[in-house]
Amino acid sequence: MAKKPVLTAAEAAKMIPDGASIMCGGFLACGQARAIVKELVKLGTKDLTLIANDCGRAVGPKGEEFFGIAELVHNHQVKRLIATHVGMTPEVGQQSTEGTLIVNLLPQGTLAECIRADGAGLGGVLTPVGVDTLIEESPFCRGKRTIDGKEYLEMAPIHADFALLGAYKCDEAGNCWYKGTMRNFNVVMATAADTVIAECEYIVPVGEIEPENVHTYGMCVDYIVEGDRK
Amino acid sequence: MEKSEIKGFIAKRCAKELKNGDVVNLGIGLPTMIPAYLPEGVELIIHAELGIVGAGAPPKEGDANYDPYHVVDAGGSPASAAFGGGFIDSASNFGLIRGGHVDACFLGALEVDVEGNLANWIIPGKKMPGMGGAMDLCVGARQCIVCMEHTAKGNPKIFEHCRLPLTASHCVNKIITEMCVLEVTENGLVMTEINPEFTVEQVKAATAAPITVAENLKSMID
Repeated sequence: MAKKPVLTAAEAAKMIPDGASIMCGGFLACGQARAIVKELVKLGTKDLTLIANDCGRAVGPKGEEFFGIAELVHNHQVKRLIATHVGMTPEVGQQSTEGTLIVNLLPQGTLAECIRADGAGLGGVLTPVGVDTLIEESPFCRGKRTIDGKEYLEMAPIHADFALLGAYKCDEAGNCWYKGTMRNFNVVMATAADTVIAECEYIVPVGEIEPENVHTYGMCVDYIVEGDRK
Repeated sequence: MEKSEIKGFIAKRCAKELKNGDVVNLGIGLPTMIPAYLPEGVELIIHAELGIVGAGAPPKEGDANYDPYHVVDAGGSPASAAFGGGFIDSASNFGLIRGGHVDACFLGALEVDVEGNLANWIIPGKKMPGMGGAMDLCVGARQCIVCMEHTAKGNPKIFEHCRLPLTASHCVNKIITEMCVLEVTENGLVMTEINPEFTVEQVKAATAAPITVAENLKSMID
């Protein structure tokens, strides 16, 4: 099977220009491409649009200062954030109040499904979640539909320039295996961006991940980065 | 009731809602105390929105399954899959929630009202934590049970109409507090149980909505 190019985290980060939109897999930075994010911080790439469940954590499990994309927000590199929960990163609320950061909050299932819809070639999502709430006014909401007497919101698919995946193992063909709860948004994000970069803790030979256990298929991955091991 | 006993008292009453094999999602805080009070013979399948169907007890440092970088809960604390549990991706996981495969969700509220409307994700201009998975859970779970202290700093949290932006409308089935159990019905809130430490008048005074007292009002304590 064709091997995918392997980059350093710094090389991967340099591919991302100012103003890019980036999907970041991970939930409180579990399953996040943290080495590439660190390099983006160093580069100071600005005006980013981030699409992620949350902004990581200001403090990591072992007391690390910044864990995941929180650092990009603190560094004022983000102009727009599309997320579901930012309670662990008060900086987001502060920058939003100051008017320097646009924040679009979406229900977690809606965010996942809108990304899935894009990657699956669908024109949108009809979900009962968000009816009678502020989500009706979201830029991603295209209106309300009544089907068989039940109300649904029509939500737009979500696409990005880049997707940064955070896997545990990635084989040389780009197949990814996520440990524990790392899978979260990575699986759908791998299908909904122009360029997909999989950061992993271990690059392994093709065949080490059994076919039954491939979570993200190598065909969706453009580049592989070996990041830090935890 | 001592302030320190309130959360445990509410969690203990919530545990009585559950039967063996129920698939349950527990919000952050008080709801996570519920498993400690389950009657003997009742084992739950804990659904965690980060991606565990069948979550186990939270591991401590030194435990074989302690892995704070790869297995965490929605609060970022170390988590585990129970024996027989499995991991899942977010889109599939929320498909399970919206699809009605979760029997009950227990969560807190900033405000709840007589129509079962719930507000718990934003205080405009003040706090914007976000809804996380709460909107999906309120709409998708078969039962939505609010468990919370009856008042906040002495002010009511149960209203005729929520004033804060809603998490979901017409979603709450039951409200369990340290004072009473309220069922949300077509005819408004019906008090079915009361904590004998309080009188009906005290409950009504702490509630900014009309309450009907059930004919066979029971004690919250057996």
